[in-house]
This record gives sequence, structure tokens and C-alpha cells, in this order.
Amino acid sequence: MSEATVRIQKIRKDTVKTRLILFGTLAFLLLIGSVFSEHLTPCDPYLQDLTNAKAAPSAAHIFGTDRYGRDMLSRVIVGSRASIYSTLLLVAVITVVGTGIGVFCGWHGKWIDTVLMRISDMFLAFPGLVFALAVAGVLGGGLQNAIIALAAISWPKYARIARSQTLSQKETPYLKAARLSGSGTWKIIFKHILPNIMGPILVTSMLDIGTMMMELAGLSFLGLGAKPPIAEWGSMMSDTRSLITTVPWVTFAPGLAIFVSVMIFNLLGDTIRDYADPKNRGR
Amino acid sequence: MEQPVLKVESLTKIFTRKGRPDMKAVDHISFELMPGECLGLIGESGSGKTTAVNMITRLLDPTEGRILLDGDDITGISGRELRKVYAKMQMVFQTPAESFDPRRTLGDGIGESLRNNGWGRARTKMEVAELLERCGLSADFASRYPHQVSGGQCQRAAIARALAIKPKLLICDEATSALDVTIQKEIIALLNDLRWKLGGNLSILFICHDIALVQQFCDRVLVMYRGKIVEQGRPDDVIRNPQNDYTKRLIESIL
Repeated sequence: MSEATVRIQKIRKDTVKTRLILFGTLAFLLLIGSVFSEHLTPCDPYLQDLTNAKAAPSAAHIFGTDRYGRDMLSRVIVGSRASIYSTLLLVAVITVVGTGIGVFCGWHGKWIDTVLMRISDMFLAFPGLVFALAVAGVLGGGLQNAIIALAAISWPKYARIARSQTLSQKETPYLKAARLSGSGTWKIIFKHILPNIMGPILVTSMLDIGTMMMELAGLSFLGLGAKPPIAEWGSMMSDTRSLITTVPWVTFAPGLAIFVSVMIFNLLGDTIRDYADPKNRGR
Repeated sequence: MEQPVLKVESLTKIFTRKGRPDMKAVDHISFELMPGECLGLIGESGSGKTTAVNMITRLLDPTEGRILLDGDDITGISGRELRKVYAKMQMVFQTPAESFDPRRTLGDGIGESLRNNGWGRARTKMEVAELLERCGLSADFASRYPHQVSGGQCQRAAIARALAIKPKLLICDEATSALDVTIQKEIIALLNDLRWKLGGNLSILFICHDIALVQQFCDRVLVMYRGKIVEQGRPDDVIRNPQNDYTKRLIESIL
């Protein structure tokens, strides 16, 4: 390898590391912010002040106030709890459930595999958000039901990845060796298969955080997610969309919040994918 | 009369696939392996050697036939009973680096069978160190990962792993074919040494496609061709006086 390629590889590796630190820190700050959101608000996010309704951004209210005179900045901060929390919960649920089903199918094989995979094909055949709308519509509104609806349509992707990875692991000599060592099924799955297939699955789930956040906000926007007066970015935008021509800041604030956090999580996912790519490893 | 360690009776594997004719990978093979004996199994690629071995180790279910290990029929057993059987039978694989979990240390791999049989952590660690030394590696290899060692070292570790549980039957599935010639020689020397030390307590089924290696190492040889055993006998006899066309060609190709 020429000196130049080595140097380029080194630079690329360094930038990936810098990006990982940068976006990791930003995502971590967002998380911390959402956990302690109630203590970070400058005003009470649910306090109505009708004399001060639809006020333009000022020193007292940086993002202005909405039609009930509630401080937008405080509402956006408190809204992070609902948005980020439920997104992470959702991604965690689909990762665990999808991986579990996938590994089980790949390991067990036979008719159970066929049945579960055809079911996942059915879910994959529908356009995602439309199906989520239908499920959420049947279950009724509420953040919890929106999470259930999105989880129901998103697990097959993880099941597919986990299944194919498990199938390829199953044929490796070291798994045969593990079986010959007298390890039982559970031990083989938890000690050998899962650690070896977690890489691509974790990358997928990191990349999914941004998408899921947007879809949750989308469901809320359509009135199928968080119910007022709970502050949630999607429903906040929906509440105020009729005011967009007269007091644009009320939609601007939650929109910006969604944009920024989706961006951070997407970039973090991208960076983790680059980092996990063996081509970027100096070896 | 002494009881064979391994007895295989008309073992058959037919692979069936929709839209394709049935493939007889292994076609009614029968043989016995006596205690302390080293039996060579040679044949070209695709002759069914590995399929046969996978059936003997029960990683693959046979279509027909019986496998008796130490007099017990192990053909139909599964789960806990099968795991008990693996204390008597171990295998060394063709690809050394891939036969260890890339995310676990060699020591973890070597000690796995001991831990599964109820050994404590400290006792296993000591035994692993001793096994490594017996196979010509220093004890600190236990904390290395498969990608940190060479193919030959990895194969030594694989032999250490196979011997950990003190099996009666050791199966070497082309254990030397992925290694270069000098390392091959070292591994054969190691196996010879272990055989001599363990005497009648270790029988070896040695799968190989190198007839010269088999002549050096084995007491008896089976020649497989297209799923059938076409010839058997002492290596010297088979080489000097081959009866079967395939065996003749195999020997000619080397000379």
C-alpha cells in the first residue's frame, strides 16, 4: 500500500472518530435534556396567559407564545420528553422483538420459520406509514397506541436481518465446535450468535431512530399520537398549523426541534455505520 | 473381542431438493474403528467425506444407517443425551481460524467443553494452560483472539480444545489441508506425539485427501469415491497394489 493511501485512510479514520464523538455528544445532550426537561424550562409549559397570546419572539419568550399564551420554548423542551423517550422506547422494542423473532427463525428453521417469515412478508408488503395509520386508527389515539402501531409495522426489518445473519453464523465451524463442546441452544444463541450478529442490527436501529422520530411526530400531527394538552412536537405543529400565515413561530419552534434531533440521530447512525465498517479499521 | 470405539453401519445421506434429482452424498458406508487405531479416510473433493463426518458427529441427520459410539447407538438421540456423547467424541476442523468464535478468546473456546461439564472457572483455567502447553503453545495464548494468532497456532489450539474433555474418538476433518507444508508436518508430529502418549485411549479418524500423509500417519485407510467406500486396507498395501480405478489414478497423480 502506498504512503498516500495509508495517509488517506488515517485521515478518514480520524474524521469518523471525530464525528462519532461530536454526534455522540450531541445525542447524549439531547437525551439528558429530555430526561431533565421539566427542570430546564424557563416558564411553566402548561400555564395559559391569554393576555399574552400569540406574542412574537422576544427576550421573555424566545420562540414566542402560542394561541393560549403558553411559552413555546418551554413547550418544545418539555415536548422532547414525549418525542425522544417514545422514539427510543419504540426502537428498543422493535430491535429486541425483531431480533428475537429473527434469531429464533434462523436457528429453528422448518415450518415455524416459514410461517413467521410469510407473516413478516405481509407486513413488509404494506406501505409503512399507511399501515401504521390504519393500526393507530383502530387502536385509537394516544402516544402508547402510536408506538404499538409503529412497532407492529417495523419489526420485520429486524427479523429479516437477524434471520439471515443467524443462518450464515449457523454454518460456521466455530458454531459446530460450540455444539461439539456440549453447549446447549440457549448458551449458543446468547454467547456465540448474538454477539456476532449485533453489529449490523445495532447500526440499523441507530439509523432508524431518526426515521421513527419523524413517523411518531407524523402520527401525532395527524392526531393519532399524543393528545393535547401533552406537549409533543408533532401534535404541537398540528395544533398550530392554521396560524402558520399569521404567527409562523408557533409551528417553527417544534419543526426546528424535530429537524435538529432527527438530523443528529441520523448523522450519529451514519457515523456508527462508518465506524463499524471494517474498511475503516486500521489493521 | 475388543469393542470398536466407532462402528458405522450402512450410513447413507441423500440430499433431496425440489426440481433436482436426489443426490446420494454418502451411499451405505460401513466401517469400524478400534481403540487406539488411526483410520484414514481419503477421497477427492465431493466424495462425501465431510458429509460422513458431519453425520458421525450428529451435526447432520443421516437418511439411513446406524452410528455406534463405544457400543451405544447414537443415531437418534438429541438434546441432553447428545451433549453427553460429545464428551467421548471431538473434532478438529479444516479451517483453523474460523473454528474459533472471533469474539471470544482461544482460552474460552478450549475451556468451553469443560465449563459445560461443570468445571469451575479456576480449575478450567489451569487445565487450559496445561492443554496449551501439551500442544506446543505457551499458556498466555489462552487470552488471545483467533485473529491474533497464525493458522498453525490456531490449529494447535483447536487440537487442545478437542482433547480438553479427553475424548475416546478424535476426528480430524482435513485438519492439515489449510496449512502450509512445514506447519502440516508439525501438526502431524504433534498428533503422533499425542497418540503415543495416550495409547489405546485415543482413536483417530483422519480425513484427508493427501495419500502420502495418510501413509505416514494411519494404521488403516478407507478410500471413498462418489459416496462409496471403494477400497480399504493398510496404507502400504493400498498404495503398492491399488485395486480400484480411482485409487490408481489418485496414486498416479502423486507419483
